[in-house]
Amino acid sequence: MDVYLPIANLSVNGLIIVALGALTGLLSGMFGVGGGFLTTPLMIFYGIPPTVAAASAASQVTGASVSGAFAHSRRGGVDYQMGGVLVAGGILGTGIGAVLFNVLQRLGQIDTVINILYVLLLGSIGGLMARESIRTLRAERSGVPLPAAKRRHHPLVANLPMRWRFYRSGLYISPLAPLLLGVATGILTMLMGIGGGFVLVPAMLYILGMSANVVVGTSLFQILFVTMATTMMHALTTKAVDIVLATLLLVGSVTGAQVGAKFAQKASPVKLRLLLAVIVLLVALRMALGLGYRPDDIYTVAPL
Amino acid sequence: MRGIVALFLLLLLGAARDPILVPEVSQHEVQLRQGFTGTELLLFGAVLSPEGTRAAQDYDIIVVLKGPTQSIVVREKQKVAGIWINVDSTELRSAPSYYAIASTRPIAQIVDDKTAAIYELGLKWLQLSPIGSIDPDEQARFAAGLVQLNVEKGLYRQEEGAVKVNEQVLYQARIGLPSRVPIGTYTAETFAISKGRVVASASSTVDVRKIGVERAIADFSANYGLFYGLLAVIVSVAMGWIAGRLFALT
Repeated sequence: MDVYLPIANLSVNGLIIVALGALTGLLSGMFGVGGGFLTTPLMIFYGIPPTVAAASAASQVTGASVSGAFAHSRRGGVDYQMGGVLVAGGILGTGIGAVLFNVLQRLGQIDTVINILYVLLLGSIGGLMARESIRTLRAERSGVPLPAAKRRHHPLVANLPMRWRFYRSGLYISPLAPLLLGVATGILTMLMGIGGGFVLVPAMLYILGMSANVVVGTSLFQILFVTMATTMMHALTTKAVDIVLATLLLVGSVTGAQVGAKFAQKASPVKLRLLLAVIVLLVALRMALGLGYRPDDIYTVAPL
Repeated sequence: MRGIVALFLLLLLGAARDPILVPEVSQHEVQLRQGFTGTELLLFGAVLSPEGTRAAQDYDIIVVLKGPTQSIVVREKQKVAGIWINVDSTELRSAPSYYAIASTRPIAQIVDDKTAAIYELGLKWLQLSPIGSIDPDEQARFAAGLVQLNVEKGLYRQEEGAVKVNEQVLYQARIGLPSRVPIGTYTAETFAISKGRVVASASSTVDVRKIGVERAIADFSANYGLFYGLLAVIVSVAMGWIAGRLFALT
């Protein structure tokens, strides 16, 4: 099934794009992450221009996180106050990201920066997840339970001025901490076309110290709005959102997300986390090799 | 009176040296729409001697199809501290977005380098107008890099021997356009060459454009970014929501 993409200016096999969306949707349903970290590199690998890939992946993440966010909000799993602060930071972040994108593009370093960010982020977070889930699995095997981790926020967070009460998260901290976190994920979303869920969730748990039952819902809430802002930002600045490409991805990812969610209910959460860690590390490894190996094309062209 | 006759004879004589070239393109408009996966243009025509007889054996034919030129920056990666990053770059003011050349024989056998350079006959001779002063070696390196990249994408082609001549009158060449062909007005030029000299040339245009929904989407995105973005957001939210609903029912 050949589909002509009007913004990317090329023809692709529509079924491959739908399958790609389904794959990432499956991941997002299973693990509660947006899956953008896989979509963007795979689309670039398939031959779609990097800017179009990053711009269109954001709307796919929006679609994949909608039903999840609704489901969590029905269960009361969203801290709207915290979510609001994160979204405000996130929108600010997409603005900063847009400026950075522009500057890096003019310098010709956008691809390198994106690749290095991928390697660093995916490598470190994948490594942490793998270590944590292997420790839990070992503890399950040997029957000795791990000492329960104390839930508390990072000392740096406690030093920030001006404190607010976040009832649902069970926190009394400065709103600057989630705001800065939101800014950081907003920048990442704009630059890398990812939702930022896999950065946001651990940060909310281990830096802010939010109570676990609102973490995933609040993260989905933030991702939903920040990816919307990213799509708008790309539509206004880079003009690289390909709605045909995005729709194809969405068809795959929204169904994949539902199937993945059913899957996740049956599987053990620790094994799921380990699986996700392995996938994340593999992507990071592939990216790291890509930086070090001689690329196929030494020369690249960009419009002036 | 005598003067007019002389002038007429002179014109006739002048014309006598040049062959008659009647070029045509199979389609003057390429439409990019759903289902477009690339196409093939047929550049064909007739070449006759001034007397109107078969003449193609005396002439070599070269056809060139060229897309609109654009200003680009070409970047070159080098290995720095273990990773490949863009280090060097050059700006080119007139790189063709598409360039295909086909000829009856290898171009080097038809014309000499000087003529090839004047008429831009061949990927080696593209006039790219680099901005600023760079030395010729570097310029050649970047030009070669650009050409190789676009050959891989199917946007630059050089097919020597692809022009076929029938009955020494009709010539034809098929030129492929990939699906990623850039939009714009293309020029199709035909050259008749004899003894290393271009003796006749003719050109016509081909319009490559998006039509229908594809055009509407591209225009919408370019002119109404805000509403286009909103539309994309609405589509993605609606699809996510509908899928959630459908699966909740099952």
